[in-house]
Amino acid sequence: MRIADLLEETYTALSTNKARSALTILGIVIGIASVIAMTAIGQGAQASIESSITSAGANLLYVSPGQQRGVGVSVSAGRGSAQTLTQDDATAIQSSISLVKAVEPEVSRRYQITVKGGNTNTNVIGTTDAYPDVRNTQVAEGVFISSADLQNYNRVAVLGPTTVTDLFGEGSDPLGQKIRINNMEFTVVGVTAAKGGSGFQNPDDAVYVPLTTAQRYLSGDKYVSSIAVEAVDSESMTTVQQQITDLLLQRHNISDPTLADFSVINQADIVATASSVTGTFTILLASIAGISLLVGGVGIMNMMLTNVTERTREIGLRKAIGAEESDISMQFLLESVMLTFFGGAFGIILGWILAWGVQHFGFASTKVTLETVLLAFGVSAAIGIVFGYYPARRASKMNPIVALRFE
Amino acid sequence: MIKLENITKDYSNAGETVKVLKGITFTIKDGEFVAIMGPSGSGKSTLMHVLGALDTPTGGRYFLDEHDVSSYSQKDLAHIRKDKIGFVFQAFNLLPRATVLRNVALPLIYARVPKEERDKRAREALLSTGLSEDRFEHLSNQLSGGQMQRVAIARALVTNPSLILADEPTGNLDTQTGELVLETFKKLNAKGHTIILITHERDVAEHAQRIIHIRDGLVVKEEVSKN
Repeated sequence: MRIADLLEETYTALSTNKARSALTILGIVIGIASVIAMTAIGQGAQASIESSITSAGANLLYVSPGQQRGVGVSVSAGRGSAQTLTQDDATAIQSSISLVKAVEPEVSRRYQITVKGGNTNTNVIGTTDAYPDVRNTQVAEGVFISSADLQNYNRVAVLGPTTVTDLFGEGSDPLGQKIRINNMEFTVVGVTAAKGGSGFQNPDDAVYVPLTTAQRYLSGDKYVSSIAVEAVDSESMTTVQQQITDLLLQRHNISDPTLADFSVINQADIVATASSVTGTFTILLASIAGISLLVGGVGIMNMMLTNVTERTREIGLRKAIGAEESDISMQFLLESVMLTFFGGAFGIILGWILAWGVQHFGFASTKVTLETVLLAFGVSAAIGIVFGYYPARRASKMNPIVALRFE
Repeated sequence: MIKLENITKDYSNAGETVKVLKGITFTIKDGEFVAIMGPSGSGKSTLMHVLGALDTPTGGRYFLDEHDVSSYSQKDLAHIRKDKIGFVFQAFNLLPRATVLRNVALPLIYARVPKEERDKRAREALLSTGLSEDRFEHLSNQLSGGQMQRVAIARALVTNPSLILADEPTGNLDTQTGELVLETFKKLNAKGHTIILITHERDVAEHAQRIIHIRDGLVVKEEVSKN
């Protein structure tokens, strides 16, 4: 049988029972649409987490204080709260490693911030003038902390846009206003541009003050809670990571690297970890949706078996006039593949609309990729073949004599 | 030319073997119109299956145009049916939601004949059965019984087979319509088609030139029709 004739026969057979074909297709449509939508939600989450990590700046390494370990004892201090890193460590990294572009030490802690008629509890970050460059942050109004502020222990503050709203209300101008951190007065000199970052730390909800001011008036010691190091390019990240480790081990007089009282984390490692988490999340969502696709496939098989039984006499006739087993099995197989093909096509459209709707109405950000669409299409065609094979084989193996006599 | 040599067919049912055909021998020459007649249970349906290459005999030999069909595989049987045999069934067996033309052209699809050629041959076959041309585009379930059977005859003709095998073709028709259908067979036979008519009715069988009587799986009598 020629392909064109085969397609025509298939079309005629399917359009003969439109309602039934449409209902069977619906199972596949729902299955494919949910796979597309669920995968889009998972990949959307992945993309937004990755972008929030990379929006913190490019080619970054984070040095944070770690456990101090003595021989036999382990003084367990929570990462970040241990006090092992100092401003001098940051200066040493900057001056002795050539592949380092910028270094930004910071000390951060949550404080209650009060103004006349408002208060909030947020992260106060003591940092240097390197912050905007290293952390990829723009200043929307006013200025950022200057080197003069650092030298003079000025009590100035730069606010994140969310903090501005929390303290002063929507659309107000905070420049020149006084805020109180830990009962100490600071003057607002700038507001950062919104980054829309989400996830672990929200850069929009923070108060930035000079590092030196923070150390003197807020924490009262010389330690920093982390050092962000920007490498000159992405290729030198690994080298810089190793050099920082060596330098700090030497500075802290530690000979055994496993006893290091700090850790150096590559931004790429964080992205990779987050990606693997969201990847698992995507697979989980897609497998749940996949079950509905499987149910749709069983529906196809059910319909095709009914079809074969109903059309027993037709099969008998076709065999009597010369159809071979392969002609019959191809015809029925093509019918099921055609059903899943159309189901897949409509499912992709519906899934796309769903994904768009989820994003448009603000439930979650979504991302439909070409791979997902192709995969969904391939899976639906495969379902047609897998679930259509048995009914098609059953039809092709029918004895024409018995089939012709079938009432 | 059709030649049956001592054809036997056994069926085993629940461990019991039933001999349906017990040694049938006859010859039908090209261009003949022969009726095979017998009561129900005589084995004429089984004989029809063997003649139509739908089934192989248990023993004996069946030659169709010098091909020894009796030893063919299922696949080869399908080829023989496609090339050499046209069937007309009691229940017409048309595809209900397909047009008349499509029904008639169906065997040509399996013979891989191109579409224009199919249409042309289907029209010719339909015209030779006397169905009026304004019915060609109708769906087959919109036709009367007599019209349906003529469509079925056209379908049997369209591949220009060596043998047209009609199994009780008038069984579902009233006498008058049945008569018209039998006249159609006669006309086709006059044009040179070989026709085997299987029936249990003497009136029907008498339209053929020769009648072979079957009873209990054996040929009991052969006679030349009075017509």
